[in-house]
Amino acid sequence: MSTSIHVSLGQVAAALALVALAAAISFWRRTDLEGDIAVATVRSLVQLTAIGYAIKLIFEADTIWLVLVLLSVMVVFGAITARSRAKKVPSAFWPLLIGLAIAAASTLGLVVALGIFEATPRYLVPVGGMMIGNAMTASAVALNRLGDEVSESRAAIEATLALGATAREAAAPFVRRALRSGTIALIDSTKTTGLIFFPGTMVGMLLAGAEPTDAVRLQLILLYALLGSTAIAALIATGLAYRNFFTPAQQLRELG
Amino acid sequence: MLFELRDVSLARGDRKVLDVVSADIHAGATAIVGPSGSGKSTLLRLLNRLADPDSGTIAYRDRPLAEYDPLTLRREVSLVPQLPSLLEGTVESNLAYAAGLAGKELDPKRCLGLAGLGAEFAERDVGKLSVGEQQRAMLARALAQEPAVLLLDEPTSALDHGARDAIEATLAKLRGELDISLIVVSHDPEQARRLAARAVRLEAGRVAACGALEEALA
Repeated sequence: MSTSIHVSLGQVAAALALVALAAAISFWRRTDLEGDIAVATVRSLVQLTAIGYAIKLIFEADTIWLVLVLLSVMVVFGAITARSRAKKVPSAFWPLLIGLAIAAASTLGLVVALGIFEATPRYLVPVGGMMIGNAMTASAVALNRLGDEVSESRAAIEATLALGATAREAAAPFVRRALRSGTIALIDSTKTTGLIFFPGTMVGMLLAGAEPTDAVRLQLILLYALLGSTAIAALIATGLAYRNFFTPAQQLRELG
Repeated sequence: MLFELRDVSLARGDRKVLDVVSADIHAGATAIVGPSGSGKSTLLRLLNRLADPDSGTIAYRDRPLAEYDPLTLRREVSLVPQLPSLLEGTVESNLAYAAGLAGKELDPKRCLGLAGLGAEFAERDVGKLSVGEQQRAMLARALAQEPAVLLLDEPTSALDHGARDAIEATLAKLRGELDISLIVVSHDPEQARRLAARAVRLEAGRVAACGALEEALA
């Protein structure tokens, strides 16, 4: 399944016509997003070009240590990005970091151990990036929901604490809902995949000239691995983060 | 002595909610009265360690509150919050949850009866109860833990006069039937007269008076 195609810078530049179209729509309908569209375009160009060269270097060096460094950096940036979505959760960084790290390590470890992929940079870098990216989104959504749930339900949580329930027991219904909202988007999109949208890996492989059956099988492997990594990340992030709302004496903290 | 508060202070940001509060609360029925914002509810929350003071000490039965395991304490000193807040499910599942936490056998009919609800309420979904019924279900749930002290935060504030009178009658009856102490927060001195023998009167976070009812309310 190793087919390669060459994409010229001219082709990329031509695709900017569609960005111009998006900016024109924004200007015409006054959604005031032209600035954001410009920033998004420049950032995607710079970031993807940089990561492209970085991946090229890592592939050429062909050592597992550089892969680990790259994935660790992605985990840290993922946790920082997700934290900005979980502002109502005190000290959300550590739960997110631990959740992302364990999700990436366990899912990559499993796909290698099961013999699905070889432990080489060519597989670990793109697959790891996908796992971390999706795990980040899922845990950010979960913690965002957890923050909303807890701040809206202070009275209910305290009423349960007042009966002598532990923080874990009092928070359980809210942690459950947060976990659910973090994982449900991918589950739903997995249900409709192939019917309503074609996932990215499959599209990429088809464009690169792969056999459709190969494209589908690889896509299925990645979707199944993603279900695992998002569930693990959201489970760990919510399971650790709820504790930060409570004191050791099982009191709900006052948050400013 | 049930509770002994010495120089208890608590601030929220720049505001002193409780300002060097000292008071003795005896077994029996005590009212905590004062205008809204005077620190009554906060004081109540300190008594079962839903919050801790910034400074000062509180003793329960001559032992510092900080020495009690908060979970054990809350099952013995049970707080019924101002607004009803039941767990999803039936009234009975709420009672069973509370009894289970306290390690008590549940007699739903008895708990409901003490709170002035008929046995038929056991199977009712809490989402379909009126506010007055929810308030009673909260009371029944607290009683399912067989507490030694009931802390009641404005137990009738959300109710009309008829429902208020009924809850007050229930609380008075409870005092007669169970060996239980009541500490009732109320903004209404008349309600304090109907329910309590002693009172602590707060004003702007300070103790204005403390002792026998009429002296404290005068």
